Amino acid sequence: MALDISKERGVALERQVFTWRELAGRPYSKLDDDAFTRVRVIFMNGIESEALRFSHSCARMNRALQEPLARVRRIEQHQQTMVNWLNPADQSPLETTIGFEQVAIEVTAALAQQEPDPYLAQVYRFGLLEDFDHMHRFAALLDRVEGKDANNLLQSYTDIRPGRPTVVEHRDPRDDLRRPYDRLKAQPITKLNALTLMAAEHQTHDYYMNVGPTFADPVARMLYAEIASIEEQHVTQYESIIDPDETWIEKWLLHELTEVYNYWSCVQQESNSRIKAVWERFLDYELGQLHFVGEVMKTVAGKDPAQFLPAELPDPIKFESQREFVRETLEGEVNLRASGADFIDVSQEKPDSLSVRYREQMNRDGSPSEIVAQGYCWTPGTELVRRVAGLGAAPTRRM
Amino acid sequence: MTKPTKPTKTEKHEDPSTKPSDLGPNRTGIATSPIQSKAAVQGAIDGCGEPSADGEELAKTRADHARGAPPVGTMPPPASMKGAAKAVVQAIKGNSAMAFLDLLGERLAFERTGTRLYDALLVKLEGADPRPNGPSREQLEDIRDDEMRHFALLRQAIETLGGDPTVITPSADVAGVAGSGWVQALSDPRTTLTEALKVVLAAELADADGWDTLVEVASGLGQEELAAQFSEAAVQEESHLMRVRAWVILAISGQVGIEPPQMAITDAGSPGVPAP
Repeated sequence: MALDISKERGVALERQVFTWRELAGRPYSKLDDDAFTRVRVIFMNGIESEALRFSHSCARMNRALQEPLARVRRIEQHQQTMVNWLNPADQSPLETTIGFEQVAIEVTAALAQQEPDPYLAQVYRFGLLEDFDHMHRFAALLDRVEGKDANNLLQSYTDIRPGRPTVVEHRDPRDDLRRPYDRLKAQPITKLNALTLMAAEHQTHDYYMNVGPTFADPVARMLYAEIASIEEQHVTQYESIIDPDETWIEKWLLHELTEVYNYWSCVQQESNSRIKAVWERFLDYELGQLHFVGEVMKTVAGKDPAQFLPAELPDPIKFESQREFVRETLEGEVNLRASGADFIDVSQEKPDSLSVRYREQMNRDGSPSEIVAQGYCWTPGTELVRRVAGLGAAPTRRM
Repeated sequence: MTKPTKPTKTEKHEDPSTKPSDLGPNRTGIATSPIQSKAAVQGAIDGCGEPSADGEELAKTRADHARGAPPVGTMPPPASMKGAAKAVVQAIKGNSAMAFLDLLGERLAFERTGTRLYDALLVKLEGADPRPNGPSREQLEDIRDDEMRHFALLRQAIETLGGDPTVITPSADVAGVAGSGWVQALSDPRTTLTEALKVVLAAELADADGWDTLVEVASGLGQEELAAQFSEAAVQEESHLMRVRAWVILAISGQVGIEPPQMAITDAGSPGVPAP
């Protein structure tokens, strides 16, 4: 089903209202809902958190936009709340982390396949294999500290096995910057993909930075510190592919378009009807916001928003298992490393390169991601199934 | 550029040799700062008007939410209904089989996390001073291995009933939330062996009770073979509880400088000897 964004006007800003009770509505079920419902909730929280982050930055730099930004931002605040509060309380921060990595794997893999620019598709595949490895490390942590099976969150849609080892993902900042798309030449889907992934990675970074110190286990604390640092690298990577020459108002319009596109993608695939109604409601809100920003663009910048918007939205993001694509990428590209904005084989990485030196420094006192997953191999029902098999019968009891 | 301050001494509360019961600079509590606390108390009185401590609105709202709330989850359909499983489930019938599987899933999750709690306790033991009345490494490993065997026993029981032992059942989920504090307390490198033992005692109390319930339920549903296996596990859990309770009493007696009760010395067992 195509969506004609020029005709669909959505809900006017004045009618986009909430109550506290509905902001903290009923969560999805960790046990009964489909894993992709959790994926969409976590993902859309990331999209909304980027809306707020961008809006504040933009307001600090643009006097004329402060009032319209403030009006839209208050609504985005409450949209984000309503979405994020769909996460249930029986889902621990570590279990939610497994959900975050599933978002990073499945959504990045889907976007990599729909990206028409071959260089950017390569950038996405590069990041994908890193998040894929994080899943393996966090699954080991969940199993070994809490005695829980990560697959109960993943529901077998996503493999749990090593990717590009986290220990070698640490890079000098100069090796995290990529070449941006050209705002005048890039296709709409390219802009949507870039903004979407940047938003998702940014919230992952922020989440790990918030929950990391709430863990008591020393390896958990170090692991969150280590992987949060990689997420910071990923944000650096993904924001660098966005054309910095886009104007502030153009960026705002593209943010609203990205929100429309993502809610629209969620609406079409949501299996929980109550949550689908949330996506539908917010799709209408975002359409209202998009047209509001279009009017602001006309008034403040004297530009026609139509020149920045596609007539129709591209095909929706596929929220489904990308197992085969991920495996193929793993097979062919696990040994890639970054050198400036390019990718090279590990054999070409010089021992005294900036990233190698940086990595050696950071890993000097040991690598949390290696420590936590040493010898780990995911087993249904936790690795205790393997351990107990080697235990034998109980010894004869003595007093 | 400013010159970094060199620490001249280790602060008392940051010294690894400091014990939790040592006198230190704990700043919590109203008595820490008499002048400031007097002002804080007056400030609250001035700002509150008519205080009421019953939290009536809070309770009403919580009740309102509870009335409209669905459960955390449900039981999945049986994984396999072949041969023996089919016969057993038919014998138990309908909802009773699901309720029984829910309970088994809870116990299984508990034993799995229990194994990890003892893994963490063994780490604590490594960093603690040796104690004449235990626990010893051998004793803790013995209990840890029991937990693991109980986990295996429950896996087998669930499979016999046609269930999937990897499922998080609703009761397992709620027990996981309740036990998350135990994992936090045990995995914190700052908690002592005594503190950790107190946490494990709470877990063992719940575990022993859980096994007793399981025996009753299995027996009530006519599953005598399972009830017999669970009874054996319940006896072992009772002995874990007895030992952990004794180690806690002995540790606290040592801390406060009193003679430990003779029964605790007996129950603690000899450090070289596994649990009875």
